[in-house]
Amino acid sequence: MKHTDSNRWRTIDIVVAAVLGVAFGVIFWAWGLLWNGPAEVIPLPGRAVIYGVWLVPAVLGALVVRKPGAAFFTLTLAALVSVALGSAWGWTLVVQGPAEAAAAELVFAATGYRAFRMPVALLAGTLAGVAAALYDVFIWYPGTAWGSFRLPYILITAVSSLVVAGVGGWYLTRALAGTGVLDRFPAGRDRPAV
Amino acid sequence: MIGVEPVAAPDAPLARRNPVAKLAAALVFSFILVATLDPVAPAIALAIELALLPLFGVRYRVLARRALPLLAGGVGIVATLVLFAADRSGRVLLDVGPVLVTEGVLVTALGLVLRMFAVALPGVIVFATTDPTDLADALIQNAKAPARFAIGALAAFRLVPLLGQEWQTIALARRARGVDAGRNPVARLRLFGSTAFALLVGAIRRGTRLAVAMDARGFDAGTPRTVARRQHFGTADWLLLVGAAVLAGGALAVSIALGTFRPLLG
Amino acid sequence: MNAVRLRGFGWRHAGRRRWAVRGVDLDVAAGERVLLLGPSGAGKSTLLAALAGLLPLDSGEREGTVEIDGRDPRTARERVGVVFQDPQSQLVMARCGDDVAFGLENRGVPAEAIWPRVDAALRRVGFPYHRDRPTAALSGGEQQRLALAGALALRPRLLLLDEPTANLDPAGAHLVRQAVADALDDDTTLILVEHRVADALPLVNRVVVLEPGGGIRVDGPPEAVFDRYGDALDADGVWVPGRSTPPRHAPSPAGEVLLTADRLGLPPRLAATDCAVRAGEALAVLGPNGAGKSTLALLLGGLLRPGTGRVCATPALAGPDARTPPHRWRAPALTRRIGSVFQDPEHQFVTGTVLDELALGPRRTGQPEPAVRATVDSLLGRLRLIDLAGANPYTLSGGEARRLSVATALATAPRLLVCDEPTFGQDRRTWRELVDLFADLRDDGHGVVTVTHDADFVSALADRTVTLARP
Repeated sequence: MKHTDSNRWRTIDIVVAAVLGVAFGVIFWAWGLLWNGPAEVIPLPGRAVIYGVWLVPAVLGALVVRKPGAAFFTLTLAALVSVALGSAWGWTLVVQGPAEAAAAELVFAATGYRAFRMPVALLAGTLAGVAAALYDVFIWYPGTAWGSFRLPYILITAVSSLVVAGVGGWYLTRALAGTGVLDRFPAGRDRPAV
Repeated sequence: MIGVEPVAAPDAPLARRNPVAKLAAALVFSFILVATLDPVAPAIALAIELALLPLFGVRYRVLARRALPLLAGGVGIVATLVLFAADRSGRVLLDVGPVLVTEGVLVTALGLVLRMFAVALPGVIVFATTDPTDLADALIQNAKAPARFAIGALAAFRLVPLLGQEWQTIALARRARGVDAGRNPVARLRLFGSTAFALLVGAIRRGTRLAVAMDARGFDAGTPRTVARRQHFGTADWLLLVGAAVLAGGALAVSIALGTFRPLLG
Repeated sequence: MNAVRLRGFGWRHAGRRRWAVRGVDLDVAAGERVLLLGPSGAGKSTLLAALAGLLPLDSGEREGTVEIDGRDPRTARERVGVVFQDPQSQLVMARCGDDVAFGLENRGVPAEAIWPRVDAALRRVGFPYHRDRPTAALSGGEQQRLALAGALALRPRLLLLDEPTANLDPAGAHLVRQAVADALDDDTTLILVEHRVADALPLVNRVVVLEPGGGIRVDGPPEAVFDRYGDALDADGVWVPGRSTPPRHAPSPAGEVLLTADRLGLPPRLAATDCAVRAGEALAVLGPNGAGKSTLALLLGGLLRPGTGRVCATPALAGPDARTPPHRWRAPALTRRIGSVFQDPEHQFVTGTVLDELALGPRRTGQPEPAVRATVDSLLGRLRLIDLAGANPYTLSGGEARRLSVATALATAPRLLVCDEPTFGQDRRTWRELVDLFADLRDDGHGVVTVTHDADFVSALADRTVTLARP
């Protein structure tokens, strides 16, 4: 997989990353409608098992746009939109979103924005999940036991993020490339010409 | 249907403040409160927030409706603590299998739930009183946010109601194709995934066209952008910011003076 | 100097083997008004994008040259204004005035000069509202006029219009054409892409027809072009003015009632409506935007719960299930009886290939695999999709996607077909195919309901019409 020549964001990079963030804001809203909140209420293991869903935009944004800051921009915007639409966790997502996003961004930055293979996506998803879980544990669940709650919570969140955000994000990018909508992005050029 | 328009009286004295000032004040207020686990400081903070609400032009009914989703988060916190609290000191109130509720657990839970609401309400107020366009303008002009990203995000944000409608259309279209899930949770998940995928494809298509249309009007021209709408950050805005810090700090100080303060770390 | 000069121009999009447009030599003088025609896939939109300087070199491969006033289009952008087809994806800002100001801000126009120019541009297109009005509160025709104002505010010397009325109802399209006619001055050059030629003719004095394989087929004054090449263009799918299709009305009187709507409504989208849908009859639902036509289609299709009144299926359609209303049927049972075709085909795609897409319905309704295969093969042939069987549905062209969405609805052999704007944005060839297909279905004893703005389609097919008013 080749990276683009320049790290400068084109308009299309900015707008499509933003639209992905906004679309995920809407998807999270619909997710809330579908499960009517129970997923937010169940502490363990339910919520942590599906936790990775919240981190998909970071991996998807980076894999599609492949520019510095793509993971950060996409997930931060998704978090902002879910706050604007109303979220059970309130507006500290305004801080938590960027914190998770920065963790994912770190992984892509470590490759110099040159590698966008599956292992990188897995690592980015996992790290974002760990950051999110740490934030939860310290900010929202102080006073809980490490052995019975905190460590399992972090671990399950990390695994969920690896599978849902990492593997899921990678396959989602590939499926989107197959529809032709990513033709103006490097991710869309990895498929044979039609 | 989802709406993202501000719902406040636009000329209320604090609603008119610079969006960046409101955002920063709310962040400062919230994150000073995060530092404690006791119920007293958040209770004082909640009282302050509710007392200031009329100055933001937000009616209590509106606030209650917007804050409703927070209840789910509150229930989550209580449930988690009941099951997994580290400190189970105090009188035992309930003991059923893994559920061991003590006075200590209840006080911690009360503190956390109050804190959650106290921390969340400033955000609800900011989003209820701020027009997205004004926020983007202020972020660019007063917070030196990169203009291309702020405008790009704003243009995408305009699509929220449209994408919300599209979600419902796509969901109906699945049913028309003979795909429904009934009560099967796995089928529901798959249906959700397939709907989300169709939404993403449409959103990316729209985003691509939007980017081209923006470039056609010189968005990437490289000439320095001018601004049609001025955002001022004045003394009153600084006062709002300082006031937020002082009020939240005051709530903490009262809690320390009363000896109820429990630091988050330590 | 010519406003536009192309020599041997060609463009191939990245990831495509085929050239979108190739071998084009064209000169347009300042002040000329050109209608650019060609069958679907001839590269009209690509050519406009090239003139607007909107084909970055990292998005494809170019050959030949393009010049705007003697300059490369990428450096001549400020001389060119563009209005695209879809209003929803070219408006940037939430308020009308801000949207017009957007381009002026980008060009670095001093702040104090921006608002007078915004107001002037809004006046020029006859925009009826204050500049604070939310863009979301506008009708499609008003949004397109706003987009035109956004382009005109930049005082372009060359105005490019890429099917600006294709997504609009007839009233909205008329408003936009009127605004274009009023706003143009003598030294603005116009290049317009438009399927519906008759509507575009009053705006232009020259017609250029692109040849799909490359180059230009015809170039000249409209009358001469249509006199000499009208038949060939018509055969290629261009809407040549003054040509009508022989109508295909039902050969025999309508049969039994399949579905009735009884004081059916969904406030505030649809006022109470009565109608009956019969076998062997094509029913067209008409009415202005906002009258709830699409809502009625969803209700008749069993996809929405009625707000008031009810939808009743007859035993002829639903057998023993006629006692329960269609919106409570399980989805597989629904698709065996009522097929719905949505306005945007992409909303209905579920799988990764055309083949799976056609097989989905029959499989969901529990047909054995040999029967599924037989159904799929017959539909692939009947709707000219054989070469595309392995393609991803989202990569299809507009006409192909429409044919696929109709085919998927037919795959479960429903007795009743409900279609929302099936001819929207289609070229003449697909249009004729749809008329024939629906007529054949109707003559076979199916009920066909179409919600449509398309007057030609109504006169070619409909046996009966229902007209809705705004609630």
